[in-house]
Amino acid sequence: MFADYSWPELGAIFAMQGFAGLILFSVFVLMALGLAIIFGQMGVINMAHGEFMILGAYVTYLVSNLFADYMPALFSGYFFLAMFLAFIASGALGLLVEWGLIRHLYKRPLDTLLATWGLSLILQQVYRSVFGAREVGVSIPDWMMGSLPLTDLIEIPINGIFVMILAVGISLAVYIMMFRSNWGKQVRAINQNRVMAGAVGINTEWTDRLTFGIGCGVAGVAGSAFTMIGSTGPTAGQLYIVDTFLVVVFGGAASLLGTIASAFSISQAQSIMEFFLSGSMAKVLTLLVVVGILMVRPQGLFALKLRK
Amino acid sequence: MSDQDPSNPANGVSRRAMLAGSAALTASLFLPKQLKASDYPTDMVNTTGLAVTDDTVTIGILHSITGTMAISETGSVQAEKLAIKQINEQGGILGRKIEYIQEDGASDWPTFAEKARKLLVNDKVASVMGCWTSASRKAVLPVFEQHNGFLYYPTFYEGLEESPNVIYTGQEATQQIIAGLDWVNKEKGAKSFYLLGSDYIWPRTSNKIARKHIENFMDGCKVVGEEYYPLGHTQFNSVINKIRLKKPDVIYAIVVGGSNVAFYKQLTAAGIDPAKEKPIVLTISVTEDEIRGIGGENIAGSYACMKYFQSLQNENNLAFVKAFKEMWGEDIVVGDVTQAAYLGPWLWKAAVEKAGSFDVDKVRAASPGIELTTAPEGYVKVHENHHLWSKTRVGKAQADGQYEVVFETAELVEPDPFPEGYQ
Repeated sequence: MFADYSWPELGAIFAMQGFAGLILFSVFVLMALGLAIIFGQMGVINMAHGEFMILGAYVTYLVSNLFADYMPALFSGYFFLAMFLAFIASGALGLLVEWGLIRHLYKRPLDTLLATWGLSLILQQVYRSVFGAREVGVSIPDWMMGSLPLTDLIEIPINGIFVMILAVGISLAVYIMMFRSNWGKQVRAINQNRVMAGAVGINTEWTDRLTFGIGCGVAGVAGSAFTMIGSTGPTAGQLYIVDTFLVVVFGGAASLLGTIASAFSISQAQSIMEFFLSGSMAKVLTLLVVVGILMVRPQGLFALKLRK
Repeated sequence: MSDQDPSNPANGVSRRAMLAGSAALTASLFLPKQLKASDYPTDMVNTTGLAVTDDTVTIGILHSITGTMAISETGSVQAEKLAIKQINEQGGILGRKIEYIQEDGASDWPTFAEKARKLLVNDKVASVMGCWTSASRKAVLPVFEQHNGFLYYPTFYEGLEESPNVIYTGQEATQQIIAGLDWVNKEKGAKSFYLLGSDYIWPRTSNKIARKHIENFMDGCKVVGEEYYPLGHTQFNSVINKIRLKKPDVIYAIVVGGSNVAFYKQLTAAGIDPAKEKPIVLTISVTEDEIRGIGGENIAGSYACMKYFQSLQNENNLAFVKAFKEMWGEDIVVGDVTQAAYLGPWLWKAAVEKAGSFDVDKVRAASPGIELTTAPEGYVKVHENHHLWSKTRVGKAQADGQYEVVFETAELVEPDPFPEGYQ
């Protein structure tokens, strides 16, 4: 396979492939963080996670049209506002859904699966009715497209770098909120013992609602970022949902660090295998390995040590 | 292969003279003949209990208007409704107005079969315009064959099928593929090809045909890679690196659906600008409809090979696009399959009038040889094998989301659903 190539060429390809793996890693982290908060900390199996992401993507689409029509001068910077609004919109919808649906189902975790799946179908049809069945094209500012030539041979996609920075930023933000803020302390307390947490005066209802909202908001930001690399349509959320659950479950549902470690291992394995095998084969092998490891270690890579 | 002559519109004079006897019954859309229903008594034109009355005939429309495939099938439904409306404005078929019953296949193949059965058994529709994916067509096929229904199927597809109960108004694989490969070889001097596709029957069969053609029929050309990605795959950076490594002259891409958007966006982001033609990007899966989701600026400079582009400059097409926009909105686009779907009701009308009957057996017998001179894509003719003779064209994608036609075959290309030497 490599006989015809010179060393610098091979080096360049491997460097770019390394970056491809890191970009895939960032994409996985962004997809999975929101779900890790909701599934990991609250035990809610949110099948509508993809639709919350796509809400963020549609918000980005609306904002980009708004800027193109009314403020073309500021177009190059619209993306930051769009991501913020995506967080607000998806988060608000999350709060609403928690209040109207999820809070009635905390004692029946498996029913959340069915309920949120229904929710995902409803949201898909709402998107279809509002934005049309066809995918919409989101115009991305010029500076975010194209690639950055590092050397003559190595080119790095700018949107990939953007996704990487965003993934690091959001991971840090979630980490700080989870382990350095009062809210984080309360979430963890409720996760360990709901009754006791309530007894010491934590408002468990409000904390749950906020947690769900923040998880959905993070999903919205991810969806907004993915307009750069993927499609925006009513059912596009379905493209992400399997990988998202894979990453979260493999990492150990309750551990944020586990999510990141699992995103890293799955993305690297997949991107290396994709390079040497065909795409479908790489996917099959990745899934096989993950299933195999989960059979040996059902709690995932990282599990919280709890006395039960 | 069929024993029928390739029909060339250039020698239309002699052909028309030959057909003069049946001319009264052939479709002539510019000079619509006002046939009176009273000349065609209902018990004469309908001996099999179809939904035909003295002044109406009912047909079915069966597409997904919900679910994943709604993205693609909406255009087909719109085109079929436009054709029905226009036919009715010209007086209908055998003096009868077309009414339609629309059913939703909901992107679910068993639902397609169930709805097809409902249309044929309960509603007794005289024909059905419908289906989009090969999977949905395969699901309804036994139903149509069992109940002797008649389906007009609009999508370009992989071939390897020829049902007495289906007319295929899109191109089968060899029609779409071979002319494009020859063009890129002769015009652009391309010698090496990287085949890429979504992982299901249509891209795999199409790439198989492409590979056979490249290796067996194109001198000095070779395939340097062939790859498939699961439907809905959204990360193409690895394959883009592989393409860089192999340095092909042409990326031959048959990626579909949401993956399409991801592929072209990431290709551009990785610095492979299709407009530079290093390598050339050639696709058979991106119509004007898909470009709206991908974004014209991400795909500009790529080439697509199919039979119809919205930008075709001929009188039929200008009128068709104008009527389509009047009915469905100014900012709508028309892709290859939408045009093929538009042909369905017209071809059926022509066949019914030639047969002088709505009976499926008579319409089937009348179908081969039916010609449309008013098709937006130009002249088409129904082959013995129920596919259409049609031209193949290559278009270059523009930033505004339209294609500029850069090549068209001189002759109509014969449909060959079971190509010898390609399987």
